[in-house]
Amino acid sequence: MSRIEETFKRLSKGNRKALVGFLVAGDPDLERSERDCRMALENGVDVLELGVPFSDPTADGPVIQAAGQRSLAAGTTVAKVLTLAKRLRRECEAPIVLFGYVNPFFNYGYEKLANDAAAAGVDAFLVVDMPFEESGEFRVHLDAVGLDFISLIAPTTPDARLGKILKEARGFVYYIMVKGVTGARAGVAEDVAGHLVRLKKHTRLPVAAGFGVSNGDQAREAARHADGVVVGSALVRAAGENRLAFLVKEIRQALDCQEK
Amino acid sequence: MKRVEVNTVPDANGHFGVYGGRYVAETLMPALIEVEKAYRAAQADPAFELEFRGLLKHYVGRPSPLYFAPRLTEAFGGAKIYLKREDLNHTGAHKVNNTLGQAILARRMGKKKLMAETGAGQHGVATATVAARFGMECDVYMGEEDIRRQAPNVKRMNLLGARVIPVTSGTKTLKDAMSEALREWVAAVDTTFYVIGTVAGPHPYPVMVRDFQSVIGIEAREQFIELENRLPEMVIACVGGGSNAAGLFYPFLNDAGVKMVGVEAAGHGIATGQHAASIEAGRPGILHGSKSYVLQDAEGQILNAHSISAGLDYPGVGPEHALWADLKRVEYSGITDAEAVAAFHELSLMEGIIPALESSHALAEARKRARTVGKGGAIVVCLSGRGDKDLESVLEYDARVKT
Repeated sequence: MSRIEETFKRLSKGNRKALVGFLVAGDPDLERSERDCRMALENGVDVLELGVPFSDPTADGPVIQAAGQRSLAAGTTVAKVLTLAKRLRRECEAPIVLFGYVNPFFNYGYEKLANDAAAAGVDAFLVVDMPFEESGEFRVHLDAVGLDFISLIAPTTPDARLGKILKEARGFVYYIMVKGVTGARAGVAEDVAGHLVRLKKHTRLPVAAGFGVSNGDQAREAARHADGVVVGSALVRAAGENRLAFLVKEIRQALDCQEK
Repeated sequence: MKRVEVNTVPDANGHFGVYGGRYVAETLMPALIEVEKAYRAAQADPAFELEFRGLLKHYVGRPSPLYFAPRLTEAFGGAKIYLKREDLNHTGAHKVNNTLGQAILARRMGKKKLMAETGAGQHGVATATVAARFGMECDVYMGEEDIRRQAPNVKRMNLLGARVIPVTSGTKTLKDAMSEALREWVAAVDTTFYVIGTVAGPHPYPVMVRDFQSVIGIEAREQFIELENRLPEMVIACVGGGSNAAGLFYPFLNDAGVKMVGVEAAGHGIATGQHAASIEAGRPGILHGSKSYVLQDAEGQILNAHSISAGLDYPGVGPEHALWADLKRVEYSGITDAEAVAAFHELSLMEGIIPALESSHALAEARKRARTVGKGGAIVVCLSGRGDKDLESVLEYDARVKT
């Protein structure tokens, strides 16, 4: 059983929701970022999304854009992110997902990337700007080494398309709750429940809902109809303000208390 | 590798050989598929064609002349130089051919608002213009640096009722404006039609923009045949994203005897690293929704482009140009800032025509090629826009060079 599968299964048995936490690798440098990742995992993050910085992040809001710039300024490369993943893997069994934009991955070479990531103990890739139609070339190499390609579903994805994407989905499904870029928002998007129910009809994979979740209340609300929530910008910001452990604990508690 | 024919692209997913495609967030995919379907339906609808042609004629002022430039020809000392006068279009550049087509499409799709990115401001003005013409709202994303360089166009857009939104990320130029426009489109995708100004971006934009701009080449070809009773030896156009070049070249693709040259901005010189020559000095990569030649570092991070011309100051190029380059159907070369400014002055003095700095790159290339093509031959140069917007940049440049 893969680490992702095992993690969601274990949580679901305990009637708990998964907390998928996103941090930008190398923000503000690799050393600090390694410490932050550990801190997140120790305080309640179940699945770690490790952001690979890109110069032109077209799906990200200001917080993650700035984090990516800091990381690039510190000299972060795909190879260094793989080293970071390897170091984290030595002492934890939590699934690690590399999360990024296609060009640095394409530049590294899909086959070599899949091999090196597998060797480093990475479990999956999520490529924001690589929709289903363009994913075949990378997927072949991920499949060959048993890594998952995480599929994204948006509120705009129509049913027919949903079926096509989910048929090929692996690991877990990432549901983007809002039409917009990453970043904190006041409330949780409308009709998330409806979309999640629709989604669940097409897949048996666990579903994590993300975009716009920044505190415990929003996480609890978003997790109501999903198997987990993704928290990104809020963690990135909290890491920069030295309150990462505090925020992760708050969200973890909010998620756990829902089920009692 | 499978031989790709220039006439059989793109495929159903917008691939020009290995280039093109749709590399965007899932949130945008349904919108792109919707635009593509609407475009295919419009192409098959004679009413669309009729309205588009009618407005090109009566609103834009087409056909634009194909002008024989006698004094320039003499100065260049070789082939006859013909200028395709896109600078005489309404709004002063070729951009309006495309924005008109996309605005008619947006209206057919029931969209009430247009949005666009702009570098030099020509595409922004052209989008603001058609938005006013159709009574639509319009937001234009423009880098702060370009707002400074192209102040007259910002005022024009405001007069036309558009909102110019300054983009402060990155280098504050076209690349960042396009990134920001893509971010905003994700949030407004239900109500807003994104008018991309060049043959780059995700499918169907490269093919759609090429088709709308093809009027340039179709007219130029007919006009040249009418004037000279044969085809020209060479056609030349500048290439930033590559829309005026695609429009000029496409109708000549099957004319094997017509040599085509796309001119990229070599900025301070290719060797300095400060340029915008994606094909000449870049590698295949993925930027803003499609795979093509991209200026990038060893890690696949996008590099900043440089050109004195804001309209060419972009680190990518349309995917069809990448294919044409690989197939060697089109030759791509570079012209520096200095050469472009010299051509800017030369055309102004020789023919009483002030060209855009973008188009000046094509003119400078024509100067280099005129003798090779020779006195019996002819070169058609796309004069893609007029230069009023560039006066400040050129005066600034001249002052700097003198001191």
